[in-house]
Amino acid sequence: MSDDVKNGAPHVDAIGEATAPPKANEFKRIVRVFFGRKLYVIGFVIVVILILTAIFAPLIATHDPYSCDLAHKLEQPNKAHWLGTDSTGRDTYSRIIYGSQISLLIGFSAVFGSAVVGMLMGLAAAYFGGWVFALIMRFTDALMALPGIILVLLIAGLAGGGITVVIFALGFGGIAGQCRMMCGLALSVKQNDYVLAGRAMGMSSWRMMLTQIFPNAFPPIMVGITMGIGAVVLGEAGLSFLGIGVMPPVPSWGGMVNSGQRYLLKNPLLSLAPGVAIMLLVFGFNMVGDGIRDAVDPKLRGVI
Amino acid sequence: MSVVLDVENLKTHFHTEYGLVKAVDGISFNIDQGEIIGLVGESGCGKSVSILSVMQLIQTPGEIVDGKVMFEGNDLLQHEANGPEMRAIRGRKMTMIFQEPMTSLNPVLTICRQMTEILELHLDMDRHSARERAIELLRMVGVPDAASRVDDYPHQFSGGMRQRVMIAMAISCNPMIIFADEPTTAVDVTTQAQLLELMKDLVTRLNTSLVIVTHNLGVVARYAQRIYVMYAGRIVESGLAEDIFDNPQHPYTVGLLNSVPRLGEKRGGRKLVPIYGLPPNLIDMPPTCAFLPRCTYKTEKCGKEPWPALRQVGDNHYISCYVDIRGKQ
Repeated sequence: MSDDVKNGAPHVDAIGEATAPPKANEFKRIVRVFFGRKLYVIGFVIVVILILTAIFAPLIATHDPYSCDLAHKLEQPNKAHWLGTDSTGRDTYSRIIYGSQISLLIGFSAVFGSAVVGMLMGLAAAYFGGWVFALIMRFTDALMALPGIILVLLIAGLAGGGITVVIFALGFGGIAGQCRMMCGLALSVKQNDYVLAGRAMGMSSWRMMLTQIFPNAFPPIMVGITMGIGAVVLGEAGLSFLGIGVMPPVPSWGGMVNSGQRYLLKNPLLSLAPGVAIMLLVFGFNMVGDGIRDAVDPKLRGVI
Repeated sequence: MSVVLDVENLKTHFHTEYGLVKAVDGISFNIDQGEIIGLVGESGCGKSVSILSVMQLIQTPGEIVDGKVMFEGNDLLQHEANGPEMRAIRGRKMTMIFQEPMTSLNPVLTICRQMTEILELHLDMDRHSARERAIELLRMVGVPDAASRVDDYPHQFSGGMRQRVMIAMAISCNPMIIFADEPTTAVDVTTQAQLLELMKDLVTRLNTSLVIVTHNLGVVARYAQRIYVMYAGRIVESGLAEDIFDNPQHPYTVGLLNSVPRLGEKRGGRKLVPIYGLPPNLIDMPPTCAFLPRCTYKTEKCGKEPWPALRQVGDNHYISCYVDIRGKQ
């Protein structure tokens, strides 16, 4: 053996360690598991359709979502207006199409913002421990002590609606959850030998956090993020429904449900259609989240 | 040979809920260039803590309370534990091989990335040449088909192969000292022998010092030139490997050697003698010799005097015992 090593030649063990295991592509496996269940595929398709709808809204919509046409107000579905019109004669179908832009914009930015801030805080708390941990965790405790909706109402109410305010309010409310989750995961990942090994290799704290701890704690966070999008969209709809979210005339699904409720008996589609859109989006993102969890969770490997 | 590392009176204590644990309580040792040292003792005697202390990898509730670690003319303990000076030494000049190859590699990064990271960090290599070097290192440690396996993830490697990767990472920056913390405990005996041969071969070629921490006397008997025997946080006997094995002077070492069978033993059919009793609780240690309750050579003096300091009994041979056991065995 020593001779082989000295020559630097590939060395083959007598006991068969030389036979490499078959190459398994992890990404392919995840994709296979994910698309192996119909429900997840449906969720995925919904999400993809929604994203495409948001991107190509001007092409898909039949009318301008802002143009009022009082001559054709509160129409039942017909050839010109597939889902009817609202009390100012705006086309419901087109407003739902454009509403997807608002919902996804708010969903993605609020969750992304809260995830970045929350994860950094959680990582720092878990990695440094001591007073950093105490400070960050007490802050999240305080944040969690306030009921989510009250906190969001407070921020949105004080700052007075608008897309940016909604994103900030919903994102701020999500920080505590992301931070706690990351902190818990990072604390357990930190115990692993490879983290100590990384330190023994002379890595700096930041490098350790970003290359050793973060990637290992990320999969569950990923699931949280995907499901968070559904929750945030629901939150936005709630705020808009209450009238302190996205301000009219911007088409927001929650706002549309609200303005349609006065005509619920005569013209139920006005509220129902955006309601179904919200439901589909939340369902889609939850399914994708579930699918990702099943695909990446090693404990479920082989079970599904 | 020149001394590369000189540890003096190192003390590492752990502040636990139950009291102060003196895990390492004033040990001194030195390592010469290119030398293979064995650090032997039973579980919990402070072997691992000693080397973690040298590299300043002790975390709360542990604390290095006293001592000097002289390396290249500097006392490493004067540096901040996670400061730039220590980080430049760790991985570059002192490296470590861990006990559990299964958990010592980051599962989400490829072998290539984990190996090139050190090279980029310490040697400022660019990605491409670091990759070439990583493949070359894997070949050196006997990973077959290194060029394609370098892109695998740790779970695609067997335990022995992962330990080879760890060894490759440890030698990647031509370190002065490699600390191997029970490097072969988690692999089977055949692989154990291969890995030890490999490590011995590599350190001889690279003129690197190697510290093997183990409870396996067989491992150090074959590979170590000098041996330190630890008990309850202190060194109780040190000397050349031949001295320790052929002429042990401390009752604990004698007990250890009597409790394991040896190949080619003259007195065939000898009954193995265990060391009776348990290692002491490191909290509230008696001021006397910690081995006293289990010692078969104890005298009246041992119960009255504090823990004996090391005394010389031969060239390079030291023991921490009042009793002269020669002729009593």
